[in-house]
Amino acid sequence: MLQVYQTQLRSRLMLGSARYPSPAILAEAVRAAGAEVVTVSLRRESAGERAGQAFWSLIRELGVRVLPNTAGCHSAKEAVTTAHMAREVFGTPWIKLEVIGEDDTLQPDVFGLVDAARTLCAEGFEVFPYTTEDLVVAERLLAAGCRVLMPWGAPIGSGRGLNNLFGLKALRAHFPEVPLIIDAGLGLPSHAAQALELGFDAVLINTAVAQARDPVQMAGAFALAVEAGLAARQAGPIEPRDLAAPSTPLIGTAFRG
Amino acid sequence: MKILVNGAWRETRSSELARALEELGYGASVVSTAVNGEFVAASERAAIVLTDGDRLEVLAPMQGG
Repeated sequence: MLQVYQTQLRSRLMLGSARYPSPAILAEAVRAAGAEVVTVSLRRESAGERAGQAFWSLIRELGVRVLPNTAGCHSAKEAVTTAHMAREVFGTPWIKLEVIGEDDTLQPDVFGLVDAARTLCAEGFEVFPYTTEDLVVAERLLAAGCRVLMPWGAPIGSGRGLNNLFGLKALRAHFPEVPLIIDAGLGLPSHAAQALELGFDAVLINTAVAQARDPVQMAGAFALAVEAGLAARQAGPIEPRDLAAPSTPLIGTAFRG
Repeated sequence: MKILVNGAWRETRSSELARALEELGYGASVVSTAVNGEFVAASERAAIVLTDGDRLEVLAPMQGG
């Protein structure tokens, strides 16, 4: 089980709810993934459309825990206000805190992120900060009161996998007790398996599932990969080495001596 | 009175936020509000008085990653 704040989670796969071909496919993908946590957001609601109301009904029917985000916020102030609005609408202290610093890469503005995290943690939010693999920023976020970190694998929606293996391994090694959830940039189930093999506690996937030709099948594939990665981590993988080591015993080899 | 609702100018008769929301068609919706960038909880909406030119954000649940 994975503990995030006071909640125990069985599944190591969290799912985003955006960019699916239809609400029905989203619902089926969540079930196929076995996801217990689904990310959601807030947007301007036009009085006539009521699109948000229909979406919220669908999510409630799924019976999952929601993790609202502050996507689209470019300052700590915007993110803090959005977090308050999300807490009221979704009825949860959880907030996936995003403060975007740069639009080409959607890289977090880590300065604004730490500021907003400090404010929100002090106000009783349970903050899941979307951050980079930077160790110093991670320290600051933990000092601000965060008990979970969500480092990126690669830029959001890029599908590139774990871009900075060295940095991510260092983060894992430096904070062995902190739940670390890879958020963003994974494209394939093998990327998710790799994240779990390296000791990350969970992954959050959106685009790789939602934009696959068959999102439901892809959600199932990610679920298998995450399970395999976790089992491999628990089984204790061997260390890579530079030279061959024969797997077949040499004693009694024919034609020798 | 003219206020900016989700980025578009709208005319409202009511200056009290709770009533203005009903007038704008948000009566029964699950929404969260901010006035001039500050969060206004549902329980405070009856006590908030809007003035000409105020910026009102009305947000609702939406898909997100």
